[in-house]
Amino acid sequence: MPPAAILALAGVTYGFRLAGPLCRDRISIPPAATRLFADAATVLLISLAATSALTAGHGFAGWARPAGVLVAGVLAARRAPFPVVVIAAAAVTALLRLAGVP
Amino acid sequence: MRIIRRTDGSALLRDVALVCLADGIVGVSFGATAVAGGLPWWVPVAMSLLVFAGGSQIAAVGVVLAGGSPLAAVVAGGVLNTRLFPYGLAVADVVGSSSQASGSTGSGRRWLTRLFGSHVITDESVAFALRQTSPADRRQAFWTCGVTLFVAWNVAVAVGVVAGSMMKNTNAFGLDATFPAVMLALAIPTLREWRTRTAAGTGAAIAVALTPVLPAGLPVLAALGGLATIWRPRRPATVRGSGTSGSHRTDSREPDGTSREPGGSGWEPGGDGAGWEPGESGRLDAGDADGLLMGEGL
Repeated sequence: MPPAAILALAGVTYGFRLAGPLCRDRISIPPAATRLFADAATVLLISLAATSALTAGHGFAGWARPAGVLVAGVLAARRAPFPVVVIAAAAVTALLRLAGVP
Repeated sequence: MRIIRRTDGSALLRDVALVCLADGIVGVSFGATAVAGGLPWWVPVAMSLLVFAGGSQIAAVGVVLAGGSPLAAVVAGGVLNTRLFPYGLAVADVVGSSSQASGSTGSGRRWLTRLFGSHVITDESVAFALRQTSPADRRQAFWTCGVTLFVAWNVAVAVGVVAGSMMKNTNAFGLDATFPAVMLALAIPTLREWRTRTAAGTGAAIAVALTPVLPAGLPVLAALGGLATIWRPRRPATVRGSGTSGSHRTDSREPDGTSREPGGSGWEPGGDGAGWEPGESGRLDAGDADGLLMGEGL
């Protein structure tokens, strides 16, 4: 990840942050646009979760990682605390690998 | 009893500490995974200082570790951070605005406050601010959470970098499962409506199906095509028939808070979509605050 990419992401992010306090009284966001960006973020997160859980390079990642992520997803859906979700994903995956699952 | 009289302040500190602990574990995992994946130590450190938005940091590094281009990483991270704009509108009054000192000497300081305050606008600091009612409490909650979390997140990432560079085989610890787990945990609370689920499911299917054939990073951007499943032409306002006129709708949520019929509402404002999504007014309010703390943080 080149420094320029980090700076670009930092600049874009800071721009979104600063725009709110600067524009407070001058604009309001159309609710439709807000929903579009909210849905876009959800689509990205789920797609990133799916690809990074299931694939490594251009192929299948093996069963241990998706199994750990699946357990994490069930825990998250049941509103388990964030640290529990993250640690469970790593623990399940590590234990499956210890047991010989790829 | 001093302790009882200070309950409010210490309750705030306790809640902030719990949030910092939760995010800290994610930060350690982020730092460790980034360096274990082959990135130099300064990449996660610089990102955490300059970007300071965990979800987008993880997404961007995830794209790069999968072999994707830096541009795809920036786009993915940037899309996730669009929500910071409505956040900024919601807390503009506490991020150094007109209620602070005025005059020529106060002006420079106000700008410094605004510039730094903007940088610590996060899901968590906004949620803490919105839970308060008085302007002074809002300001205290925002700054306490924002500054504490900034320090905690960067320390945690640095700890993760050290830990990750000492581990010989991070796969044995299952660290590679933590990135997708974090992104899933961020997204699941926003999947309350069918339209969002359909779009996300379609997007994920597109991304996974294209991974074997497209260069890394592009499948995830192609997944945004899943948004097409929920596009509906805007219907005339009169069709909704609740008697509101023009563009100012009072409240389209069901009185009992349940979500409406699946799939029918297209781009209609309101509803219970993403947890951090503003209400009908386009602004966040106190009712949105708890959603920000229910796991959608980072």
